[in-house]
Amino acid sequence: MSTTAKTLEALANREYKWGFVSDIEADALPPGLTEDVVHAISAKKNEPEFMLEWRLRAYRHWLKMERSAGEPKWANVTHPPIDYQQIVYYSAPKRTSDGPASLDEVDPKLLETFEKLGIPLSERKRLAGVAVDAVFDSVSVATTFKAKLAELGIIFCSFSEAVQNHPELVQKYLGSVVPYTDNFYAALNSAVFSDGSFCYIPKGVRCPMELSTYFRINAASSGQFERTLIVAEEGSYVSYLEGCTAPMRDENQLHAAVVELVALDSAQIKYSTVQNWYAGDAEGRGGIFNFVTKRGKCAGRRSKISWTQVETGSAITWKYPSVILQGDDSVGEFYSVALTANRQQADTGTKMIHIGKNTRSTIISKGISAGRGNNTYRGLVKILPRAVNARNYTQCDSLLLGDRCGAHTFPYIEVGNASSIAEHEASTSKISDEQLFYCKQRGISGDNAVSIIINGFCKEVFKNLPMEFAVEATKLLGVSLEGSIG
Amino acid sequence: MLSIRNLSAGVENKPDILKRISLEVKAGEVHAIMGPNGSGKSTLAQVLAGHPGYIVTSGEVTYLGQDLLSLPAEERARAGLFLAFQYPVEIPGVSNAYFLKAAVNERRSRQGQEELDAIEFLQLLDEKLRVVEMDRSFVNRPVNEGFSGGEKKRNEILQMAVLEPKLAILDETDSGLDIDALKTVAQGVNRLRRPDNAMILVTHYQRLLQYVEPDRVHVLFDGRIVKSGGKELALELERKGYDWIREEVTAGEPAGSSVAR
Amino acid sequence: MTTTVATAKDRYLAEFEALDRRGAFRSPSWLAPFRRRAIDRFAESGFPTTRDEDWRYTNLTSLAATPFRPAAPSPAGVPAEALERLALPGVEWARLVFVDGRYSPKLSTARPLPGGGQVASLAAGMITDGDMIERHLGRHVRWDRNVFAALNTAFVEDGGFVSVPPEVRSETPIELVFLATTPGVVAQPRTLIVAGLHSRLTLVERYVGITDEAYFTNAVTEIVAGPGAAVDHYVLQEQGAQAFHVATVHAALGRDSAFDTCEATFGGRLARTTLTLEFAGEGGRGAINGLYVVGGRQHVDHHVTVDHAVPRCASRQLFKGVLDGTARAVFNGRIIVRPDAQKTDATQTNKHLLLSDGVEVDSKPQLEIFADDVKCTHGAAEGQLAPEALFYLKSRGLGEETARALLTYGFAHEVLERVAVEPLQAYLDRLLMARLGSDRITKEIV
Repeated sequence: MSTTAKTLEALANREYKWGFVSDIEADALPPGLTEDVVHAISAKKNEPEFMLEWRLRAYRHWLKMERSAGEPKWANVTHPPIDYQQIVYYSAPKRTSDGPASLDEVDPKLLETFEKLGIPLSERKRLAGVAVDAVFDSVSVATTFKAKLAELGIIFCSFSEAVQNHPELVQKYLGSVVPYTDNFYAALNSAVFSDGSFCYIPKGVRCPMELSTYFRINAASSGQFERTLIVAEEGSYVSYLEGCTAPMRDENQLHAAVVELVALDSAQIKYSTVQNWYAGDAEGRGGIFNFVTKRGKCAGRRSKISWTQVETGSAITWKYPSVILQGDDSVGEFYSVALTANRQQADTGTKMIHIGKNTRSTIISKGISAGRGNNTYRGLVKILPRAVNARNYTQCDSLLLGDRCGAHTFPYIEVGNASSIAEHEASTSKISDEQLFYCKQRGISGDNAVSIIINGFCKEVFKNLPMEFAVEATKLLGVSLEGSIG
Repeated sequence: MLSIRNLSAGVENKPDILKRISLEVKAGEVHAIMGPNGSGKSTLAQVLAGHPGYIVTSGEVTYLGQDLLSLPAEERARAGLFLAFQYPVEIPGVSNAYFLKAAVNERRSRQGQEELDAIEFLQLLDEKLRVVEMDRSFVNRPVNEGFSGGEKKRNEILQMAVLEPKLAILDETDSGLDIDALKTVAQGVNRLRRPDNAMILVTHYQRLLQYVEPDRVHVLFDGRIVKSGGKELALELERKGYDWIREEVTAGEPAGSSVAR
Repeated sequence: MTTTVATAKDRYLAEFEALDRRGAFRSPSWLAPFRRRAIDRFAESGFPTTRDEDWRYTNLTSLAATPFRPAAPSPAGVPAEALERLALPGVEWARLVFVDGRYSPKLSTARPLPGGGQVASLAAGMITDGDMIERHLGRHVRWDRNVFAALNTAFVEDGGFVSVPPEVRSETPIELVFLATTPGVVAQPRTLIVAGLHSRLTLVERYVGITDEAYFTNAVTEIVAGPGAAVDHYVLQEQGAQAFHVATVHAALGRDSAFDTCEATFGGRLARTTLTLEFAGEGGRGAINGLYVVGGRQHVDHHVTVDHAVPRCASRQLFKGVLDGTARAVFNGRIIVRPDAQKTDATQTNKHLLLSDGVEVDSKPQLEIFADDVKCTHGAAEGQLAPEALFYLKSRGLGEETARALLTYGFAHEVLERVAVEPLQAYLDRLLMARLGSDRITKEIV
């Protein structure tokens, strides 16, 4: 398109004018979001034309939304307004020499957490941004792993790599589940996304291991605007783990990620998240705004997508992993434990949209509120008129620890035909004195007792996590709740 | 009265639970169908009653000269076929009295008889309550709601008494009952036996058959009738257990179409 | 759409000013500033649109677009069929009748209550018990947040007034009948019920329409239960097929009081009930039961809020809806437990039975909990008649239609069972039966 060519030309000239070209290896673009910035991001990543076009369309759409309604205001969370022109939308991967020189320079509280979570030393260094002495180690691990996957035809790489090496796949599926018109943050992300994961499982292949972001080199810098796309072809299976239990610190205020999952006929995608946004201090200062659009499309018949998440930490969390049940006989599942302590706020939940015939969805949400936390579950179960014989079961339970916290549920149930069944149950309770006394009487007291009881409360969710994650999640819950019971 | 010929039936996931069953029941007879779990006993009962979840893949059933399988469930009931359920469902909000009166009058109106008014119906009901040794309090409770296992079974027999079926199929009526409840239920069943009606007792244990003596006993195994005999067969089964049958069958006794005489 | 809503608003504002100029609002004088604030509130926001969270599923465009006008000052005589519908068989209760919003002494039978209690029209009550009314009217319902209540407050003219003195037990029910006879009319009855310390009262509100053409009823009922009082409240809504029915009920419950209400909805083209139970004193007990049986293109919307503002109160809710044709039901049940409202025990159950494929249900059971030593649960279920139960009935010879009607009756009856007033329960049973349209069931269940 001649317009693009002209724009690129102009940009090239401008770049030169501002000395971008010479600085292309340098750190970051100046703050602010303009069409030029979008061009610059795409240029730095050396993206093909279709990608730039897509980003630009998304940016223009975001601009329209920003000018008319502004950012969404309906979540049950409060945050100061975000100045979108103050944010830096691109920064080069942090070089390891910028980080702490050794573990001695790392925040001791962070180290304590690593200790409790049983994270091996080399991992701790990497996570804390310390230069890994044995670079060889982490590279070799990742290399062996990738070779095995390649044999099976599985593609697992960074999103940027995918755009370079598998553009036809990216073009086919990008935006097919979360179009940039979907919402404010999705539009923003689509325009300026930096990197993320790309995963493709060919027909009939069962991915032999859990795919985790641990194994992506350059994971450390993926940062603010992550974009992930997972495609499971007919009859395939993949289990993907996002996040890690180590505390995530970040100066970035705003995180707007987009995750798209596509499952074709009889395919199954399992997506698990254990996320701990490091509290920093007990007052919850340094709060991170975590706005994520996660959606799976059960495009094929008998396909299945499960979301499992364990969230703790000081982020202001706004995320609704959803499943569009388009294929007949498809299944959507959502299992979640959300913990808010101190002054954290969470507004999370799920949307299950039943479109095809004989679809099923299960939602199990467990919220734990402690301190002065506020935990809100917001869900939508929508059964369209043509989604005959749909079945939904939702269970939302809240556990309140202490009398200064809040737990809320706002489920929307919309049923459009008479052959479906939707059932919803919710309950709110606290750890009873009887339960605590029972534990004490058996010699288990204080935090341990609470831990056991809470783990029982969360059991239904934890059993859906891959093993390693489940173990870490259990520990994480314990660590996060320390001292919360007054 | 009832003639089953080469009946094969099952459910969507398992279409061949029953494999070419044949059975003849005459008026005045009581037949017992015994078998281990999973043999297809309940399937037979449900298929005869016309449960929509079951599919007949082949075979014929004639009842009082009519093609039974072509009739919907309510038509079979109106023609005098009664099923005492193994797990009677609860119907909250609808009292036993209303339910039975509606059923009785529906049948009477179809047969060109005059319907009963409230008083006449209660008189009928009192008479029948005596048969099963139940009292009026049952009548006003919602159908099976909050009933103990024994009460549910007795309620099935009460309904049988009120509706006076020609062919009654009792599906594991004895399961979950203690000895006293069993005796009461058995007594009720015996009181309802007449030369012009017939019964099929589906049961796992021999207990019920001590009190309600069958004329013929058939053993159902893996969807086929593998043995038939008189009431002594039940006793033999009690002594030897179902493993005896299992061994006989696997030892190569003729399987295929089994005809019970 | 915005234009329609704005024009509708202006009509009501103009009507208000006209009445004000004519001196209609002069007495009682204490009410005048209230009215003014209320009409300002209405003017500020106008009729809600589907962009308002509380009206997300209920579209008021038709209601707003229709130019309803208040009934003529002295309405024509009441047609005979209306009179027939008035009386519930076999009862001799105190009954106040309002025709198109205006009190009809001729049709009413007021019986005084012992101990100086009052059963009268609100207008009469303003004269005899002005102080009490001033103390309570508009002080409980949140008309600042509820536009329809604000509109009603601005135009307050008449309605029911019942005051039961302390320690007095009124054994027979008191019935308020709001009869709608004229198309194109808007009636805004306002009812105030004050139950004194340890008193007992049963109140029945009936909204009956005898015309099939459109009219609009915007009713507000405030109920104040003093410490230890027990109030049983029933609302029977049998509005006409094209009627718009908007009702706001607010019950303020004092210490150790008990409030049982049952809302039965059968009529109206669009019916919205906003019901709030506010626990103002510890030890209160509230039970809310509701049944709606709708078909055709009816739209029924219930927004219920139970506010546990203080500790140690218990609430139970059971709402059941039967939908047929292409009807639509909206249910929003909110339980709020405020900080320090410990030992709260709240449950809510909402079930819908969907009988035909064109129906739609939007259900939002909400919990907002700020205290921890509480027991709160809610459950919602949408579904059809259980196939096992249908088969069971058919296996007893009942035909498809009869079986379906019987099961539907059973489903709905769970709510009607809780109606403690026998003639009322029988009447509701008959209404239900008529709706189910099964001759067999009607015959059998007398």
